[in-house]
Amino acid sequence: MAVENINLDVRSGEFVSLIGPSGCGKTTILSLIAGLFEPTAGTVSIYGETINKPTRKVGYMLQQDYLFPWRTIYENCIIGLELEGKVSEQKRQYVMQLLEEMGLTGTENKYPHQLSGGMRQRVALVRTLATEPEIMLLDEPFSALDYQTKLQLEDLVAETLKSRQKTAILVTHDISEAIAMSDKVVVLQPCPGKIRKTVDVPNPIRAATPFIARELNGFHDLFHMLWSEFEQMEQKGGYAT
Amino acid sequence: MTGPYRRASRLTADVYGNFLRMQRKEARKVRITQFIIVVLFLAFWEMAGRLKWINVLLFSYPSKIVDLLADKLADGTLLVHVEVTLWETIIGFVLGTLSGTAIAMVIWWWPFLSKVLDPFIVVLNSLPKVALGPLFIVALGPGMISIVATTLSITVIITTLVVYNSFKEVDPNYVKVIQVFGGGKTDIFRKVILPASIPTIVSTLKVNVGLAWVGVIVGEFLVSKQGLGYLIIYGFQVFNFTLVIGSVFIIAVAATLMYEGVAYLENRVLSRK
Repeated sequence: MAVENINLDVRSGEFVSLIGPSGCGKTTILSLIAGLFEPTAGTVSIYGETINKPTRKVGYMLQQDYLFPWRTIYENCIIGLELEGKVSEQKRQYVMQLLEEMGLTGTENKYPHQLSGGMRQRVALVRTLATEPEIMLLDEPFSALDYQTKLQLEDLVAETLKSRQKTAILVTHDISEAIAMSDKVVVLQPCPGKIRKTVDVPNPIRAATPFIARELNGFHDLFHMLWSEFEQMEQKGGYAT
Repeated sequence: MTGPYRRASRLTADVYGNFLRMQRKEARKVRITQFIIVVLFLAFWEMAGRLKWINVLLFSYPSKIVDLLADKLADGTLLVHVEVTLWETIIGFVLGTLSGTAIAMVIWWWPFLSKVLDPFIVVLNSLPKVALGPLFIVALGPGMISIVATTLSITVIITTLVVYNSFKEVDPNYVKVIQVFGGGKTDIFRKVILPASIPTIVSTLKVNVGLAWVGVIVGEFLVSKQGLGYLIIYGFQVFNFTLVIGSVFIIAVAATLMYEGVAYLENRVLSRK
């Protein structure tokens, strides 16, 4: 069993991060919420509705962009709409507007291999937003990027999701990313995956963009507190993170 | 400001130009050498034949072969044979690729079937399929159908294996992209599995051109009254090796042209992505 006794409430519009060492079932939890498979016991529900298959309310961003190399950027962005049978002129304009907001104007007829890693991940964000999900699941979406691009994209994603009042659940290895981006950080422990600790991020850090948040008072205290949780897990279970 | 920059860029252009010139020169050298090899070979063969260094009855010589082919071309019989063989080959490799791909789709759709069929496919893949030729002739009658069947027996299994493997090797994360948008199995196949495997399918087409020629020629050896394979066997039986070698030459030309055609098609398809 990958995870057990996970009792996690995420309020509408909240940004929650799940952190923990490898093997603590972070991705499993996201897959359950996305409805990719059903829990053997217990339920996942969104606004009171039990989830047992993928729904339009949930958008999923993977560790890498996974753009289809045979589709243009625009065609990649509308794949979700295509699958829902909802491609229309209005949606097309919405997608073009999203591309513009992400600084991707002019790339719509290019192919993924012509774009940089950061641009591709931004396209993946547009692809996920195109179907207008209410909840965004972010599965280490910045882990494959270089540090600078990662910081830029963190700000972009945080702002985009906040301005659209999306609920978000971010899975990451990166403690400072978790603090900088979220309202609440959930620490998971491995084998089997369990919730170890839930920490609310104080208000000023919450309100700031991820880049600024890293420089605010209290950020480092929080970082060290979470870091020591990781160290304790390592000593107790003998895990390498 | 612009002075040194312009000088530097001129230097770059010079170096690059030199490099290109060197490459072109080498390419020309390769072509010339190849041409010389062919000319020398043909000249030596012609000479050896005319001076009776080799047994002309068995090995013939170029001008004799050209004369024979010209005669056959003039009386119209050669084109008929070429046409028959070409059609059989084209039908063989196109149909082989299509049906191999279709079988791969079915197996992909039902994983249970792929487990059940696995040992049979291994046996069929190991078997030299031309050995089934006589059975096809008995079952399907002596004619074009048997020849195409022999060709298919060679091309279908390998196509199925290769295409099915490429279906399986598609990164599961691409599949996940479709699944999280609520896409079902049909969507996964149409939007991911098939487009991701197009390059593989096109390249099996290329392999199948070669295999189809084997199937068609062996099939014609066994059964036919027309075609280049028939000409070879006929020439062999009447001890006319000029005809045999001439037919082999035509096969070589036709097979190369067909292969290049498919390679061109492959380039077109691949450059589109």
